[in-house]
Amino acid sequence: MKLSSTVLALLAVIVSGPALAGKLDEVRNRGALKCGVSTGVVGFSAPDAGGVWHGFDVGMCRAVAAATLGDPMAVEFVPQTSKTRFSALASGEIDMLSRTTTWTYSRDSDLNVEFAGVNFYDGQGFLIANALGVSSAKDLNGATVCIKTGTTSELNLADYFRTNGMSFDPVPVETDAEAIQQLLANSCDVFSTDSSKLNAHRATLENPDAYSILPEIISKEPLGPAVLHGDQQWGDIVRWTLNALLTAEELGVTSANVSDLAANSTNPEIKRLLGTEGELGAMLDLPADWAQKVISAGGNYGELFDNTIGSNSPIGIERGLNALWTNGGLQYSPPFR
Amino acid sequence: MSKVAYVRKEMLQVRKPPVSQAGFLGWLKKNLFYSIGSSLATLLTVAVIGWLLYGLLKWLAVPTWAAQSLSDCRSIIAELARGENNAGACWGVIRDRGIQLTFGFYPPEHFWRPILAFTFLLPALAPILFAEKVPGRLIWFSALYPFLMPWLLWGGSVWVPLGVIAGFAVGYLGFRISNGLNTLFRIAICLIAALAWWIYAKEHLDTVMSSVGTIDLTPVKSRNFGGFMLSLTIGVVAIGSSLPLGILLALGRQSDLVLIKVLCVGFIEIIRGVPLITLLFVASTLLNIFLPPGTEFDIIMRVIIMATLFASAYMAEVIRGGLAALPRGQYEAAEALGLDYWKAQRLIIMPQALKVSIPGIVSTFIALFKDTTLVSVIGLLDPLGLTTAIRANQEWAGIVWELYGFIALLFMIVTFSMSRFSMYLERKLHRDH
Repeated sequence: MKLSSTVLALLAVIVSGPALAGKLDEVRNRGALKCGVSTGVVGFSAPDAGGVWHGFDVGMCRAVAAATLGDPMAVEFVPQTSKTRFSALASGEIDMLSRTTTWTYSRDSDLNVEFAGVNFYDGQGFLIANALGVSSAKDLNGATVCIKTGTTSELNLADYFRTNGMSFDPVPVETDAEAIQQLLANSCDVFSTDSSKLNAHRATLENPDAYSILPEIISKEPLGPAVLHGDQQWGDIVRWTLNALLTAEELGVTSANVSDLAANSTNPEIKRLLGTEGELGAMLDLPADWAQKVISAGGNYGELFDNTIGSNSPIGIERGLNALWTNGGLQYSPPFR
Repeated sequence: MSKVAYVRKEMLQVRKPPVSQAGFLGWLKKNLFYSIGSSLATLLTVAVIGWLLYGLLKWLAVPTWAAQSLSDCRSIIAELARGENNAGACWGVIRDRGIQLTFGFYPPEHFWRPILAFTFLLPALAPILFAEKVPGRLIWFSALYPFLMPWLLWGGSVWVPLGVIAGFAVGYLGFRISNGLNTLFRIAICLIAALAWWIYAKEHLDTVMSSVGTIDLTPVKSRNFGGFMLSLTIGVVAIGSSLPLGILLALGRQSDLVLIKVLCVGFIEIIRGVPLITLLFVASTLLNIFLPPGTEFDIIMRVIIMATLFASAYMAEVIRGGLAALPRGQYEAAEALGLDYWKAQRLIIMPQALKVSIPGIVSTFIALFKDTTLVSVIGLLDPLGLTTAIRANQEWAGIVWELYGFIALLFMIVTFSMSRFSMYLERKLHRDH
């Protein structure tokens, strides 16, 4: 009698589990957002000596935590390698992925990943020693190329050399640091990956002037935060958090003036964004002032960009394609209405 | 009768050997300069070692401890003006991140807990490793340690480990009460009693006992484990559990009960046939898909379980080697003495088999401990995983050797102690003179 009831109790625990609830409720019950970030990419995500994470991708996680939980620090960062990131998302181990991940057709459809937008337009480039005297990627025929395995860069590289009728010797590497060491040791002639990363790495070389980035950008790498298919509301929250950051920059709302504008602004667009007019927050089951929290967390898109990878950081990446559409870039948010 | 011209009456004093044969010089001549060829080889080797040491020391001995970033280091080294080869270590990164490499993200105010946990490991191991040198009662501490360590590391209510211990007691009680029944049946009763207790205790014990009073340690999440502490945690737990599991598997493989034998052989062959990295990927990604959604099954626990299973399969084969090395007569002698299976194993077979297997066992331990660095592949920030994270900070981007050197040193200390200990153990247990 006792035995069978014990077994039944065990089975019940295994089979039932908690009832299926939306991601938002799950995150709220937990009190923390589980955000998948990279194990370390300069400017995008890295823990400091005190164990606090910083960076552009990290800023996206903090913004979503601010929108949903009201606290940008309520994030549990779950470092992911390029191999584990999609299965971690699929298994629910992370609520969202913010890890320099390129939006592609197959990832969107086949891997059941829903991209919430593009927070960084990147492209693949080449880092090469000036001593080799190469000034264009078209001259790279027969070169040995350091390339990270399991990335879109690997496929782009093969495509580029095939279309241009050239050949290359790949030197497969696991991490950026390994690639840079190979490059410094002349084990490979050139290192190819996203040009934002190439910029960051070049800046840390002992002799940056001896290396340059070739002018050719051989691929489109739209990087963005991603969630799992199936929970539309959660996807919308992440998408509109990113859009709120962009719209805030467009409307001139910064972390410094957000509370002032929330109280005093007469601009209806700003009022709608900051929740002092209309019911936008409630439509996503968020508090009315969610966008204020998002903007005060790490500033608007421009501030976040400048402080982590842009002009206020040692990496100093130009806005380029990532400027707002009003400044000749591609960053464009649908209206808050 | 011829007359003896001379007879020595007393022994001569023993003369010292010539300088060229004795002492340091003699040793030199005998070992290093016994021929022209050997002299040349010695000189050449000394020159090469000296050259390497000079280069290494020159690289190591640079005043960069206080540096705040890699560029700081570079300017300090450039000021030394060492000529064209301007290389030197950047120790600032160890000053800045050494603690992080050791403890990961563990909250600093609780550092005493892992330190205490791993310090207690020594007295816990002492009765097992140096049995004749410590009081026998210390074995109780060893038995307590498997519950003490997780409580110190992860924190929580003291009633959780106590409840688990009580479960073992309940199981033992069940075993005693069912005296007279078939042994297998008694083991089953023991297991069921313990399980029932744990299920009950998980729900109610903490709430019931908290009213009496409790000692709570601030819970620390597994995600905050990192650095060398993570490697040690995985290593110690997996090593500690793989030996008993391995012994059971090895015995199971030799068992006469077909079902047990097939199970053990299947387990050993499957686990041994799969790379550890595959098991880690299963632990990190696949397992979550099979579990009901929303289940939070601690990632470190998953990794520890996989590492333990992996090591115990190897351990089983090492111990089976030891069992196979025993002459048939030992088994027969045990039976002739009227010992039952477990007594024979405990008193006659295992002590000898384990002694033979010591080098293999320790090799497996060392391999397992080093294998813990593989967890960086699934995104856990062990020392190797942390190097990437540290390099992702602008100030330390580009640092390689100093970090890996520091980590190698940490691992070297532990693995070297293990290997010295195994040599000590072999000498101590050396019985065939």
